[in-house]
Parts: sequence; structure tokens; C-alpha cells
Amino acid sequence: MTQPALAVSNLTMDFGGLRALDTLNLTVGQKEIVALIGPNGAGKTTLFNCITGIYVPTKGGVDLTSLNGETHRLNGLTPDRVTAKGMARTFQNIRLFQNMTVLENVMIGRHCRIKTGIPGAVFRPPKTIREEKQVIEDSYKILEQFRLHAYVDEFAKNLPYGAQRRLEIARAMATEPFLLLLDEPAAGMNAQETNELDDLIIWLRETYAISILLIEHDMKLVMSLSDRIYVVDYGRKIAEGTPEEVSQNPDVIKAYLGEEVDA
Amino acid sequence: MSDIVRDKGLFSWEEVKKSLLACVWFMFLTFPIMVIQVNTIHRTVEWKWDRMVFVGVGAFLLSFVWRYMIRRKEAGIKQKEADADNVKTLPQKLITDPKFSRPALAIVGVFFIVYPLLFSLYQIDIMTTALIYVVVALGLNIVIGLAGLLDLGYVAFFAVGAYCYALLNYHFGMGFWICLPIGGALGFIFGVLLGFPVLRLRGDYLAIVTLGFGEIIRLILENWNEFSFGPSGIANIPRPGLFGIEMSLSQNLTYIYYLMILLTLFTIFVVRRLQDSRIGRAWMALREDEIACQAMGINKTRTKLSAFALGATWAGMGGVVFAAKTTFINPASFTIWESVIILCCVVLGGMGSIVGVIAGALILKLLPEYFRAFSEYRMLAFGAVLVLMMVFRPGGIISDVRKVYKFEK
Repeated sequence: MTQPALAVSNLTMDFGGLRALDTLNLTVGQKEIVALIGPNGAGKTTLFNCITGIYVPTKGGVDLTSLNGETHRLNGLTPDRVTAKGMARTFQNIRLFQNMTVLENVMIGRHCRIKTGIPGAVFRPPKTIREEKQVIEDSYKILEQFRLHAYVDEFAKNLPYGAQRRLEIARAMATEPFLLLLDEPAAGMNAQETNELDDLIIWLRETYAISILLIEHDMKLVMSLSDRIYVVDYGRKIAEGTPEEVSQNPDVIKAYLGEEVDA
Repeated sequence: MSDIVRDKGLFSWEEVKKSLLACVWFMFLTFPIMVIQVNTIHRTVEWKWDRMVFVGVGAFLLSFVWRYMIRRKEAGIKQKEADADNVKTLPQKLITDPKFSRPALAIVGVFFIVYPLLFSLYQIDIMTTALIYVVVALGLNIVIGLAGLLDLGYVAFFAVGAYCYALLNYHFGMGFWICLPIGGALGFIFGVLLGFPVLRLRGDYLAIVTLGFGEIIRLILENWNEFSFGPSGIANIPRPGLFGIEMSLSQNLTYIYYLMILLTLFTIFVVRRLQDSRIGRAWMALREDEIACQAMGINKTRTKLSAFALGATWAGMGGVVFAAKTTFINPASFTIWESVIILCCVVLGGMGSIVGVIAGALILKLLPEYFRAFSEYRMLAFGAVLVLMMVFRPGGIISDVRKVYKFEK
């Protein structure tokens, strides 16, 4: 059996006396879409921050395995190293580089896959010129794939909301991840935009052969997208399984879904 | 929204009323000091009502003009929003339009080349000083304008460069041309040294720590007599030489002038290339959003340190030239005030914009020299200009026109 793309084992995160995550176990298989749900303050974003290196977990391990079987332990790595290992993320509140153009935003995503240093930047040997040209071309291709090429020279802050969300995913994909973490990608979207997002995520998995872990409150989206769902509350996992299993689980209904279960 | 502004017009009864109110309020506030004059010799009280009239009229006019400008600005912003496009300001348009910028560049180039032939030694001297500030301000522009790190102790690196040349020359007799790269390298090293402790800081906290760093360097220079000769400074620093050719004072000053022109061109060249590179993009991303920038795989530590170090390099080199030009340095040349001036060059000129920073540095260093007759009011005018600039043109004289990456098929 192949290794899961992401394996979180016994992850614990304390903030002073507060235990935000309590011995949490979670796996994301290769090319699997896994959703993480739970009430507000359950520790979902904390988990994301532990996985991506923004927080250093108190206990437990995070392991990342690429499709060709290389495993990396992520604990204690800084966020940029984690990204270099092949994991990218988006943010709950959009964090684009507002005063940079759409193309530049994606070019930043290419940063960790190119090499030019200070001497290269100043002397511009042919290698650097080629690299820069390649970066612009690659970034434009990514924008085309995400249907954002019409905005290419627009400042990121001037984009409509849905396009900003898409740009954030495009920027993350520019780092060539094999695992993508999406933090509430549908937040603030209307029904039509959410449907488009649904298609986009499925398309992402098919095109790039990536695994996806997402946090989402929109149950309709979660139920239709995910292969498996994890439910957390107060930093503990209270249920896991396929969408059907989870939606029938009495603990989940009690803690979170309530009467929304058949919605 | 803009319709409302247009309907009411820029002058309205409402505005007059508000200005009248400000004027009455001012008359009331200044009444005790302006109107009541106690004559202590004759033991009488004089009532100078005429002054009250002046205050009132002055306050009314100032307030009215102020309001008018604010309203005009707001109308302008709304207009801009309505247009929804990236409206460029006039100087930006002129710079980006090659029809204007090419001849302008040629004229400026010729002007700077023939400058020493046209003007007196004094003029050459102040222009050289201004060019040193251009180089140093361009260095600070990397730190503040590109990477968004507010550094208030920048003059410390300038001092490092100046003392590097002065001391190396005093103890080992090393020449200017060897010391110039050493000064730059030492600036780089000190930039990294300062960078390490402030990696976690940003915004106000960073400003305070860098301010402290600048003061520490100055105090060390002032108090460590054995090392830096204390407040009396170091005199008789040789001017830069050229293959051992003997030069008169005026020739030498002209020589330093051309040397500064070359150094300025070199700085512009390097800073521009850095700005339009992978490193420059990383700096801008760091300025925009630190967390997102890390999540995109940019090493925060390395990016911050490189910004500090590369900025400080120019200050170090500027310091070496400064020491060689003035032939005398002491810690009084490197006070916090100098940091503030350099910072003002960057902010006033336009953060992140190379042309803007050059303009800012030239204006701030040259104008006070030409207006020596009004030197008592210099600070007053300086303060007023800063306030007005921040209100009406927060982007600086020539705000940033970045090279926008274009995709060509």
C-alpha cells in the first residue's frame, strides 16, 4: 500500500495552559480529497498552521510523502521549507499581495522553484534571463488555466472577490505542490461561485494529481467533494469517515451538524 | 458620489461657515498672548486689538484654503475611483512616456556632465554632498521602499563606512580606492549584524530597535577614545587619489564630483536590477504580507537580512566618500537627525521609486543651501512641507512606477 500524502500522528498543540489540539491523528491519501469540519474555534486553522510550519507543535509528528515515495518530516521546518517540500496553502482571509499585479502574485509562487541569487540579479547572466522568461511564461500559463489571464496586469486588490479566491489557489499551485491545503475556500461566495469552486477543486485533482485537505463550513460543498471527512471539536477528533458515515454519526449531529444534516 | 461634490461646488456656504468658526476659535485661543500685552516697566496693560484682526483674517484664509485643498483632493480620489483605472499622476506619466523621458534623460545627463564647468567650487561641493545623499537614500530605499522595514538607525552604516576609511587610513595608510569596497563590505556585515536581532520585529518595534542601534554606534564612536578618537574626531583624511597624480583643491573637488556621478550611476544600475529580480519580488512580497510570503516558499530570514545588508552596503560606500570629501569626521556628523533626513529623502521623494528618491535627496540637500538667507525658517518650512506632502501626496513627489512584468507571446 502506498504511503498517505500527509500523515499527522498524535499532534498536540498547547498555547500556555490551553490545549488547542489534543493527540490528533489524520491522514490524507494520495489524490484524495479530505475535508476537515468542526464548529468555530475547534482548532481547524490551528491544525493547518501546525502542518504548514507557522506554529511548532508541542507533540506529535507531521509527515509528507510525495507520489514517488519520498517522505519528509515537517515538524520544526519553517513555512518556506514546508512549501519547498511540496505543500501549499491558501488562507481563510485572503492574503494576496494586494499591491502587486496578478501575474506578479503568481510569479512569487514560483520563487522557491527558481534559483537566482544576488549576483545573478545584478549581473544577469543568460541563465538568469532565461529563468526570468520561463517564470513569466509559466505564470501566465497557470493564470490561463485558472481563467485569470484577463486580469494579468491588474493589481490583485482590484479583482472581484471570486477571482481573488481563485488567484490565491493559482498562486499556491505555482509552487508545484502535491498536497494543497485550502482554508475555507468558499467563505463569502454565493451559490454559483461555490459550484464553480466545486468543479475547480475536482479539476485540480484530476489535472495536477494532487491531494487536497480543506477546511469548509459549506456542508453542501463538503459532502459533494470529499472522499473522507474528519470532524473535530475542542481540539479532538470526534468522527471520521465517508460523507454518509459522518452525516449519520450521532456525535457529529450532536456537536456540530444539528438539524442541518439533511440539508 | 462625485455628483454631490460637483453640485455643492468647491466653495460653499458650509465651508465659509466652518472656516469662520475656525477663525473665531483661533482668535479666542491666541487672545491672551497676542492681544493682552503687559508692559512691566510702565506697569500698564496694552490691548492690541489690531493683532486680533490679523490672526482672525489669517486663520480664516488658511482654514479656507486648507478645506478647499482637502475637498479638491477628495474629489480627485472619487474621480479616480470612478475611472477605476490605474490613473497615473503627471510626473509618473512623464517618466513612463519615452517621448518625454528620453530627451529629459539626455538633458539631465549633459547638465550633470558640464555642471563643474558652469558653476563655482561651492556649487560643485554641495552637489557632491547631495549626490552622496542620493546614493545613501537609494540604499535606504531598498530597506524601506522595497522590503517595507522601517529603519531609523540607518546613519549608523554611514558612520561605519566613514570611520572605516578614516581609521584604516590613519593606522595602515590604506587608500581611498581600497577602502571603498571595504566600506561597502563592512556596511553589508553590519547590516547582517543588525538584521539578526530584529528578524522577528516589524513596524513600530523594528523602528525603535533600529533607532537604538543607530544611537549605540554613535555613542561608541563618541566614548571609545582609544578606538575612534572620541568627539574630537579624525582630521586630515586624504582625498581620493588618481594613480598618484598631484591635484589642486579645485581639481580634486571636481574629481570627487565625477566620482560621485559614477557611483550614483552604479547604484541606480544595481538597485534597478535588484528590484526587477527574484530578490526584488521577494522583498515586495515581504512588504505586502509576511505570512503569505513565507507560505509561498520565500525564506523570511534570508530575505530580510539581504534587504538590510544590501541597503547598508550603499550607506557604507557613501560614508567612505563622505569621509574622503570632508577630510574630517566626528560623531556629530552621524546623529539621529541625519537618519531622519535620509528617511525624509525616501518618503518625500516616493517610497520604492528610484527617480522619486533621487529627486527627494537632491531637493532636501540642495534647497537648504540655496535658501541660506532664510536659514532661520528652514525647519519651519521643512515641517510644513512634510505635513503638506503627507496630506496631499502621500505617495511622494514621484511615486513608484514599478516595472510591470508583461507576458509576450
